Amino acid sequence: MSVKAKLHYFNGRGRMETIRWLLAVAGVEFEEYFFETREELIKLQQSGVLLFQQVPLVEIDGMNMVQTRAILNYIAAKHNLYGKHLKERALIDMYVEATMDLNDLVMCHPMQPPEGREKNLALIVDKATNRYFPAYEKVILKDHGQDYLVGNQFSRADVQVPETILMMEEMKPDILAKFPLLQGFKARISNNPTIKKFLQPGSQRKSEIEEKMIPQVMKIF
Amino acid sequence: MEFTELESSLREQAIRSSLMAGKPKLYYFNGRGRMESIRWLLAAAGIEFVEEFLETREQYEKLLQDGALLFQQVPMVEIDGMKMVQTRAILGYIAAKHNLYGKDLKERALIDMYVEGTRDLIDLIRVHHKFSPEEQEKNLALINERATARYFPVYEKVLKDHGTEFLVGNQLTWADVQLIEAILMVEEKVSTVLSKFPLLQDFKTRICNIPTIKKFLQPGSQRKPPPDESYVVTANRVFNRK
Repeated sequence: MSVKAKLHYFNGRGRMETIRWLLAVAGVEFEEYFFETREELIKLQQSGVLLFQQVPLVEIDGMNMVQTRAILNYIAAKHNLYGKHLKERALIDMYVEATMDLNDLVMCHPMQPPEGREKNLALIVDKATNRYFPAYEKVILKDHGQDYLVGNQFSRADVQVPETILMMEEMKPDILAKFPLLQGFKARISNNPTIKKFLQPGSQRKSEIEEKMIPQVMKIF
Repeated sequence: MEFTELESSLREQAIRSSLMAGKPKLYYFNGRGRMESIRWLLAAAGIEFVEEFLETREQYEKLLQDGALLFQQVPMVEIDGMKMVQTRAILGYIAAKHNLYGKDLKERALIDMYVEGTRDLIDLIRVHHKFSPEEQEKNLALINERATARYFPVYEKVLKDHGTEFLVGNQLTWADVQLIEAILMVEEKVSTVLSKFPLLQDFKTRICNIPTIKKFLQPGSQRKPPPDESYVVTANRVFNRK
């Protein structure tokens, strides 16, 4: 099978991870080019492929795409993961924008100085359990009987919300304790064949960043 | 009240609310913040809108209690029977609905890349007033650097390579509207910022002459001024921030 996309990033989750999830679920094979030093990133910047000098960069369908949301929107629209019409798209966008807000907090957490970690963790857990998860729990309650968050069909929202849930569970294993419907949703979605495959060892899913790698990664950027 | 008076009052109310039903309603502070890009896009599309300004904590708590804010946050826009939140979701909906999002997937991809770029630049300016004077000096240098070394060269080149009036395709899109918004915001801070970008200067003149945008730029429009002290005070009060 030919490779359909090339990803340029460091060997970790960061802003690329949601893109990996969506490509995997869409069944798009991708190759990854990891840079490990600041020099390698500078080389990429000098080559002119980075529109705003930033990564993620995804080479796809003849384009050098940058900007995480632009890339995600393109993959979702192309692979029928963006709803059937404008209003479904609007709902999907609302739900995924919120997960991205939460993801940003998770992504920045390792960069907190050790003294601030505990407080920051409490903040993230508070936002997840008091702001975001109650909203999704209510969505599932309202659409009771449907397997998906929007329009009774699989969409990027059903990828991005579980992705965020799993990352939150790494931070606090019982984070879904008060959200039975989200537990059910997560279990159902995890059984989706492409997602199941992506969750297995050996897939292109990346693990949490190791503590000792953080200084190195920060040096790159 | 006499029966006929009641009847005509109800009829009046019904007419008024059906006239209003078409207009989006914006819930935010009386200031730019995250809502300003939405005002720009609605105005550029020629869509009339009404605004409810948050001034007290009680207003905010009522919105929360009514379940009007999906994630307890503003901006919120009532539009087409939805209570939309999340700035990008709202902008994407307006752009798609009003033919400002390109004609196909690839144009959409370009528009998305460009608006994400201008969004980053606008966000640098959006938070500027929250900083101390020393931090503001640093932030100003950063805004200038990013505008002149990272973002404006890209759009100058796009206009050069593309050879048409607009950034994407042959008609006005969300990308053009957000770029003009960004240019004007940076110029408020660095008045000479376009000095090395002749095509962007032409772009600015052209886009500002589009009738809907020209109207939005006139005094008395719903465009908001840059944030001042009272804006900060109000936001802190509404969100119970120290």
